[in-house]
Amino acid sequence: MEEFNSETDSDYTSYWRDWFISSRGNEYFCEIDEEYLTDRFNLTGLNTEIPYYQYALDLVTDVFDLDADDDLREQIEKSARHLYGLVHARYIVTTRGLAKMLDKYKKCDFGKCPRVLCEGQALLPMGQHDLPNMSTVRLYCVKCEDIYNPKSSRHASMDGAYFGTSFHNILFQVYPALIPEKSTRRHEPRIYGFRVHAAAALARWQDRFREEQKTRLREAGIEFNYAEDTEAEEEFEDDEEPSASKTEKVEGDAASGRMDLGN
Amino acid sequence: MSSSEGAPESWISSFCSLMGHEFFAEVSEDFIEDDFNLTGLQSQVPMYKEALEMILDVEPEDDDEEEEEEEEEEEDEDDMLGDEKPLGYRRAGDRRHARVASDLSVIESSAELLYGLIHQRYITSRPGIQQMFEKYEMQHFGVCPRVNCNGCKVLPVGRSDTPGQETVKLFCPSCQDVYTPPNSRFHSVDGAFFGTTFGCLFFMTFPDLDIGPRLNNVLSPTSPLVANTNQSRSSSLNSSAVVTRASPELPPPNQPTEINGTRTVNFCTGLGSGKIYESRIYGFRVSERARSGPRMKWLRMKPTDISELDEVVIFHAVHGTSDTRADNGGDTDMNTLPAGSQQSAVGKRKKAPMRRRRQVAANPDQMSINGGEGG
Repeated sequence: MEEFNSETDSDYTSYWRDWFISSRGNEYFCEIDEEYLTDRFNLTGLNTEIPYYQYALDLVTDVFDLDADDDLREQIEKSARHLYGLVHARYIVTTRGLAKMLDKYKKCDFGKCPRVLCEGQALLPMGQHDLPNMSTVRLYCVKCEDIYNPKSSRHASMDGAYFGTSFHNILFQVYPALIPEKSTRRHEPRIYGFRVHAAAALARWQDRFREEQKTRLREAGIEFNYAEDTEAEEEFEDDEEPSASKTEKVEGDAASGRMDLGN
Repeated sequence: MSSSEGAPESWISSFCSLMGHEFFAEVSEDFIEDDFNLTGLQSQVPMYKEALEMILDVEPEDDDEEEEEEEEEEEDEDDMLGDEKPLGYRRAGDRRHARVASDLSVIESSAELLYGLIHQRYITSRPGIQQMFEKYEMQHFGVCPRVNCNGCKVLPVGRSDTPGQETVKLFCPSCQDVYTPPNSRFHSVDGAFFGTTFGCLFFMTFPDLDIGPRLNNVLSPTSPLVANTNQSRSSSLNSSAVVTRASPELPPPNQPTEINGTRTVNFCTGLGSGKIYESRIYGFRVSERARSGPRMKWLRMKPTDISELDEVVIFHAVHGTSDTRADNGGDTDMNTLPAGSQQSAVGKRKKAPMRRRRQVAANPDQMSINGGEGG
């Protein structure tokens, strides 16, 4: 955080924002640049959504000097947090915002994917809605492309709209090199070592879909490989019998992967 | 040992109340005292006898001589191990004291290992699985972190049955996936103490257990509420399933109530259409042709028409084998059902082995013929 302060705000110290992003429960936020906040264009439409908008903005930009009683101050404080969150959703899709969030992402500030087979892939915060007060913040895992609830309750009450529905996708559009290799491994329920039919049948059905998608992509001229494919590339040469041999191969890989993990 | 000696509670209950041991069930002493349940553990656990005595809170009576012998043995070991050290660098009394303490800690860790391995077996037994069921109902193991699983309760499982390989994980029946426990105090609990079998066996033991989507406002997990929701669910099974799905695609009618040995309403409720996260940028779906496009949707997919998973019926439909046709004539009760072709096919499939068994019982000579047909 310090490096950003020195970089962007140079000779200016942002008391309120400094305090805000370093306070407990706000770890997911990055600091919004001063110039972004003061550019009215970036705040278009927010004045109708937030009570005491001007005071709140003054507070966020540290020019607040109203002698208000405690009640009013509390209201303004609340508005200021909300305003910061909504501006934050817009800010993090800008180039500078993306870079700041990327930095936090690399430091695993948003946590790691709870899914065992994602092997601690770093997460990104996101919202399921762009409108406030609809849903709380979720965490997106780029490896399994699924969303999870934050494990800490102090993040569970944060509004998802402060991050928005698009941010994490834009990040990986801008930095495609960060997309990790996807894996076809999955958890296989077993009873005394035997695979369970219901789960295995579903797995076969899912594998079929995956292979269809791969064929579809290949026809469109896009080569995409899962981690397991690159390991066993030569065996995928003949396209004559895709489903039977491939699913078997994949399942074999999954099983052996499962065993190897123990070592 | 010294701490549990004075305390009125048993070693087992004090072990289970330790921080991080909240997932463990208390294995009944009857189970441990049955030697059959401990088969093979002796070779896996060092100081097996002492560990077992510690678990069962049995005071070793004539231990003095044994201890003496052991000490002598250890003395030899010590000499062998530490021969570079100057002899007699510590007073004998000190050494003795240290050895007893280290012995105790060895026994203690052996007891924990032994208890874990017994626990792995116990929770797949009838009383054990029942005990875990009660813990599950009270949400002792937490809920699935996945958003689309809607807070489905999870079970502790291992990914290996051999101790010392992986820590305990949480199995979610709704998405059939395993997750790392959110609380780091479970990151030191061995997964083998729960085993690979338990997770799946549990849901096969309680096939009617409602794992479906829970109400969005979090209900307090008290038992009367749970019972209520269960009752209301069973009375209006179909309607509630349709209402909560909230997806544009509705499954076609004639869904079998059971698929591959699992209740359809309880089969992977967190998967399938409407439960898959879709990446969007400003409301537009990210194309699968994009480099950052979706590639993992298969992981959370489930056919809308669940009978697509009935591989036996599909196989017979494609290959038109004689097996199902032969059964057609004998099935008189199936004709009374006003079911679709697929459902009756499912019924036939289930009927088939029963019919065959009856034949076998009536005519033992046919056994070989039937066996030949089957193989």
